[in-house]
Amino acid sequence: MTIPTSSIEQVIPGQGSMAQPESVRPGKAKRQRFLFLRNGKAATGLVILGVYVVLAIIGPWITPYDPSARGNDLVQPPSADHWFGTTHLGQDVFSQVLEGTQSVMFVGFLAGTIATVLSVLIGVTAGYLGGKADDTLSALSNVFLVIPAVPLMIIITSILENASDTLIALIIGLTSWSWNARVLRAQTLSLRRRDYVEAARATGEKTWRIVIFELLPNLTAVIASGFVGTVIFAVLSEITLAFIGITSNSGWNWGTILFWAQGQQALGQGAWWWFVPAGLAIAFLGTALSLINFGIDEFVSPRLRSAGKTKLKTASGGTVRMRIGFTPVLSNSAEPHTHARPLPREAVK
Amino acid sequence: MKYFLQRIAFYLFTAWAAITLNFFIPRLVPGDPVQSLIAKFRGQLSSEAINSLYVLFGLDDDRSLWSQYIDYWGQLFRGDLGLSFTFFPAPVSQVIGDALPWTILLVGVTTIISFLLGTSLGVVAGWRRGSWADGLLPVTTFFSSVPYFWLGIIAIYLLAGPDSFFPSSGGFDSGLIPAWDQYFIPSAIQHSLLPALTILISSVSGWILSMRNMMVTVSSEDYITVAHAKGLSERRVAVGYAARNALLPNVSGFALSLGFIVGGTLLVEIVFSYPGLGFILLQALGAKDYPLMQGIFLIITISVLVANLLADVAYMLLDPRTRKEG
Repeated sequence: MTIPTSSIEQVIPGQGSMAQPESVRPGKAKRQRFLFLRNGKAATGLVILGVYVVLAIIGPWITPYDPSARGNDLVQPPSADHWFGTTHLGQDVFSQVLEGTQSVMFVGFLAGTIATVLSVLIGVTAGYLGGKADDTLSALSNVFLVIPAVPLMIIITSILENASDTLIALIIGLTSWSWNARVLRAQTLSLRRRDYVEAARATGEKTWRIVIFELLPNLTAVIASGFVGTVIFAVLSEITLAFIGITSNSGWNWGTILFWAQGQQALGQGAWWWFVPAGLAIAFLGTALSLINFGIDEFVSPRLRSAGKTKLKTASGGTVRMRIGFTPVLSNSAEPHTHARPLPREAVK
Repeated sequence: MKYFLQRIAFYLFTAWAAITLNFFIPRLVPGDPVQSLIAKFRGQLSSEAINSLYVLFGLDDDRSLWSQYIDYWGQLFRGDLGLSFTFFPAPVSQVIGDALPWTILLVGVTTIISFLLGTSLGVVAGWRRGSWADGLLPVTTFFSSVPYFWLGIIAIYLLAGPDSFFPSSGGFDSGLIPAWDQYFIPSAIQHSLLPALTILISSVSGWILSMRNMMVTVSSEDYITVAHAKGLSERRVAVGYAARNALLPNVSGFALSLGFIVGGTLLVEIVFSYPGLGFILLQALGAKDYPLMQGIFLIITISVLVANLLADVAYMLLDPRTRKEG
């Protein structure tokens, strides 16, 4: 009976990929990074994300038509000329989707960066300092966590008329940092009492040095997954804001396309090509980012990996399911070949 | 009990913060928004509405910010949220009062079903890791990445139509008058099925995933091994030992993600023209009806706070440790 080696590695304590990050020698750092890429989910996600980034950069140059230019083919289904069909004004939907990638990626990453910086500042400070500072900062992030972010964004954006992409990213970033701050605070709390941090403190390292060189490297995975999560949220939020038509209408993004499709009764006309591509673009981007996040999660906590094939056939034809922490015992298996025989009952007493 | 009082104090504080935020947002608008609104409506605004706008934006006479703030609280306690000019001359509180039950029923029922369903599926996926249940994950990931409203559009396109069982818009048949009778209720339920399904499909995957990950974490705990060693049935170990402990983080997650879910469901209402808060919010946005927008934000926030409080009560019932102290 063969047991997949991977499942054994997961069980052995201290052999997980992140079990003892501080003890990894510098020479091995490179291989650790490759390990992350070896995770199928993370690699798939990164490849898809890479395609989006490339499209965001070169998109405006390779659009076959000017996305705002009107044409004579109104509401045409996809054809060789217009890959994704045309709108009510004869605009090319394919060009609009390509052009829109830039705005979506820009807002997603800028808002993600703003929120991540804020959450690290607030979460790590709260977790490390403790006491009054912690109480205040935790209360602040809990308040932001409970107040519904999307309605708040909608109100602010609609009051600041014709908000630009940068402003939208700023609004999204400022309203969506709280979740990560909470996670980071919890993680910092558990790290700050570890021996190596205590040791650094005892040798008289300055607080900022401890935070930057001792704590942050060990928070990398949490920060990265928070960043990716915020990017997903920011992309969805930007598209939501554009879809209800309260952002600036000068540029294109996927939400704007959906806004026009909805406003011009694309559904009633059966013009599926008008709203399906933009929605799928969002869905694939979101899936790619989620896959990266699963990859990070599984990298940090190998237990979460899909276990692959856990049902094994035994020689006698029965099946047995492998699980963490259990040694499968087969009812029909042969006597175990051990020297230790169970003692008779009397002997135990 | 101490825990409970702490939570209540926190929610009161949050409510205060939200209300104060609501007070300051209109005051951040540069220039004179009232003049531009008056110009936009070309004299169709009554002097009463113009007055309430000046009060809203803090542009009325030269009173101090503090006395404006006190007045604002006074208005709130009287239930006076100003006048809506989309539904002029109805006061904002009445417009919101008409829409709120629709949203609460749709979102409340759907969210609870989604939570229960997702958690149960997550228990199975986590317990039977490596079986067919892992195949659920990529599918649910994809659905959770789709915006709620886009899924709604697709649902309308594929399922609704003039001949279909599912109506594509509205909350009830146009010929009916809202009442608790045998004509209205079935019609309302029929109209809510498709929006509810949309919200369910988009939101269920988050619960599946978080519950699965908690189950995987919990199932290697010592007490699970002990339960197995005792010879308890698989089912009993999974439900009574693993799931019971894995549930706790999911319940607190439920409270925290309500705000996100509500944001998404507003959009679903817009797509389905469902007569709830999201739909009137869209109308308010189109007409720059600031008093109505502010009122909606306030009501949504307070509803989310109340729902959070209920989730905390559920958490207290589930976790004896929170009851022990004090």
